[in-house]
Amino acid sequence: MKAPFNEVISGFVSLLTGMGITLGQLFRPIVTVQYPHQTLTMPKRFRGHILLKKEPTTGKSTCVACDLCVKACPSDCILVEGEKKPGEKRKSVTLFELDYTKCSLCGACVEVCPVDALEYSRAYNLASTSKQEYKVMDLVKRLEDSKHP
Amino acid sequence: MIIPEPFRLLTSLLAVAGFIGANAAYLVWVERKAAAWFQRRAGPTEVGWGGLLQPLADAIKLMSKQIIVPPGTDRLLFCLAPVLIMVPAAMCFAVLPFSAALVPRDINVSLLMVFAFGSLNVIAVMLAGWSSRNKYAIISAARVVSQNVAYEIPMLLVVITVLMVSRTMNLTEIVAKQAGGFWHWNVFNLAANPLMPVTFVIFFICMLAETNRAPFDMAEAESELVAGVFTEYAGMGFGVFFMAEYANIVAGCAMATILFLGGWHSPIGLWPGVWWFLLKMYFLIFTVIWVRWTFPRTQFYGLLNLSWKILIPLSLFTLVLTSGLLKIFGR
Amino acid sequence: MLKVLDTSHSTGPQETFVLNLGPQHPATHGVLRVKLTMDGEFITNAEIVCGYIHREHEKMGENRKWDQFLPNTSRIDYLSAMMYTHAYVAVVEKAAGIQVPRRAEYVRVLTSEMNRITSHLLWWGAFLIDLGGLTPMLYAFDDREMVLDLLEALTGARLTFCYYRFGGLCDDVTDDFLTGTRKFVKHFRPRLKIFRRLVTDNIIVRKRLEDLGHVPAEMCRKYGATGPMIRGAGVAYDVRRAEPYSVYPELEFDIPTQPAGDNMARYLVRMAEMEQSLRIIEQTLDKMPDGPFMAKVPRILRPPAGDYVFAVESARGRFEVRVVSSGKEIPHRVRLRSPCFCNLSVFEEACRGMLLADALALMGSIDLVIPDIDR
Ligand code: SF4
Ligand code: SF4
Repeated sequence: MKAPFNEVISGFVSLLTGMGITLGQLFRPIVTVQYPHQTLTMPKRFRGHILLKKEPTTGKSTCVACDLCVKACPSDCILVEGEKKPGEKRKSVTLFELDYTKCSLCGACVEVCPVDALEYSRAYNLASTSKQEYKVMDLVKRLEDSKHP
Repeated sequence: MIIPEPFRLLTSLLAVAGFIGANAAYLVWVERKAAAWFQRRAGPTEVGWGGLLQPLADAIKLMSKQIIVPPGTDRLLFCLAPVLIMVPAAMCFAVLPFSAALVPRDINVSLLMVFAFGSLNVIAVMLAGWSSRNKYAIISAARVVSQNVAYEIPMLLVVITVLMVSRTMNLTEIVAKQAGGFWHWNVFNLAANPLMPVTFVIFFICMLAETNRAPFDMAEAESELVAGVFTEYAGMGFGVFFMAEYANIVAGCAMATILFLGGWHSPIGLWPGVWWFLLKMYFLIFTVIWVRWTFPRTQFYGLLNLSWKILIPLSLFTLVLTSGLLKIFGR
Repeated sequence: MLKVLDTSHSTGPQETFVLNLGPQHPATHGVLRVKLTMDGEFITNAEIVCGYIHREHEKMGENRKWDQFLPNTSRIDYLSAMMYTHAYVAVVEKAAGIQVPRRAEYVRVLTSEMNRITSHLLWWGAFLIDLGGLTPMLYAFDDREMVLDLLEALTGARLTFCYYRFGGLCDDVTDDFLTGTRKFVKHFRPRLKIFRRLVTDNIIVRKRLEDLGHVPAEMCRKYGATGPMIRGAGVAYDVRRAEPYSVYPELEFDIPTQPAGDNMARYLVRMAEMEQSLRIIEQTLDKMPDGPFMAKVPRILRPPAGDYVFAVESARGRFEVRVVSSGKEIPHRVRLRSPCFCNLSVFEEACRGMLLADALALMGSIDLVIPDIDR
């Protein structure tokens, strides 16, 4: 006879406890980021899409168009072309296209590069109205356009 | 001051319609904000300052949407259901005493009328579910009907308890009898019945169930039945159900305030007036929201168990107790 | 009150209807479809239709080099990405005979357990949403974000970590990460208490979970259900102990079990597992050895021909990778045994005779990740 009463009472108490907890949370600060007004800075190791690094002295890429990254990429999304300019010992890159629609952001290309020519971008809120923009990302052009060293 | 009757009718009609409209719109905003704060989010912030124009934007969006009547539905009933749910909810407001002077219609069976209209909304939900021709909607409608029938009983038993204590069916008089300090309110009227706070809790729970609010939101049950009876409604059809939900909550909380919390009376005997009524009512509404954002949904049979095995015996017991006490000590 | 309908001896023809649950239903957490035959609100039969997001990961494994399959491993069960990568790198290390430095093993265990916590937190929130409570999800995400932030700073990604490499890790752990993890452990224990008071003790939750959705140990064995499913049926089967791998033998932790086999048992097992994961995390932090984080691995991997198997305990149960090498640069066969598929197959039998709402609670307590079912 006593058990049902106890259950009703303990059940009611458990409900009140729950309400107490949510009320406590009501007065605590907001934890979400108000996205378009606030953005986050990505950590150093953040893996965005890849970029060609800029060599600080020359302002050019160090890529030697060795095609290792092309071979390493599991998703087949890199296209590299290079040529040997007269008077230079190694090839230098003339075309570096990334198909970002297929890239799985795995980092195989960055890790395999013998001259450390690739880095990750820290952009995480990319958007575009045309697929083409990400289908072919010309990284050489991006490098030339980029202002910062 | 005597206001000529047709004029008075018109003003009270407009005032009630405006009150319901404003409440339905802004309670959505309050609910969204409160839900966000309970969950430590920011809630609507974009439209207007603090998202204050959000209800307006929502209304425009809902109204501009096409109202789709799926093929194979019972067209008439399908379109009638939203109207049928809104009307009784609005009717209740016609007799609610906001303060001693502020009563749209002061009739002597107002208590009866509120509950008579209040129990109509189940029919609308059932029609909506039935005419939608959607399995989820029908399951949900069946649930809602048995739920509302089950909760009507303890609710009315509790109301009868209050009725016996105040010996009138006129809501204005029920409030008038609770004048002078919070210890005169029905909820603390321990002399008439030592279980009065319990009856209040029963009333509140039944009110949640009657208005299909979480944790008894069998009508919507979004994680089980997609959107329950509202699954097939689009645009303003859904919008009206949404508004009716809030109108019902306001009516329910207003009734709780009138029956148990002394209506417009001040807890300390000072400055009685409509503000006390609104304050108490909105506190109850906040509690309704608070409950929703704290608890998961009950099971369907758990809910019936609660009604038949706990609430009905308990409310019967309080009813008998009150009548016994009234008989012995008289008044 | 009738909770379970006895469907075994029905009288005469029943009027039933088919309810199509999914592929886009809020309770299936993805594109899973269940065809339910219903008698009123009681389920008389359930038929699972899966494969909507089948991507053929196994075949993908067979047409790329060993290391090119690594990114795939975190996309099968995206909630236990670390454990899945662990299984794959470990099986290839086993095949190629690579010795992994101890520091790397410790970091693997540490990050795997953090991953387990995030996975269980997500399950907890999503499960409560199945039950109709929306707020706990946000509280769970609050804490989950902390772990994800730590892991993001460490690995560069929030979900598809792809942090392990054959022979070690792709990068060493930072001090910031270690101190951040310590802080998280301190922060999270009281939070678990709040969760318990808010949800576990709640009468509505208890009524919805207790004594419903029985999956006894026998049924688990029949279908190969593992993880919290079988531990919730009272069997202390955990790959971390049954087939010890990595540095788990050096660490102290319990295998939480519950004898009841109902929804609540599975719920409690997962809640207790989070506490055990915290214990493991603390121990790995204390014992973290110095040294290299990567072994010497040949650039082009050609594991000797053979058939290799390695299993790990993912957040959902036993995940097993079997690779067959023919001594080439490319695996001959990659086979993935995913826990969700087996766990889900229990559903058809277990939900028979249950009410719809209870069956959905049962489905939630199985903790489904649809890409893991479909692979
Ligand atoms: S990150 Fe991976 S998928 Fe993307 S380009 Fe590099 S190797 Fe290819
Ligand atoms: S980016 Fe590196 S790996 Fe790729 S082609 Fe250039 S040098 Fe070779």
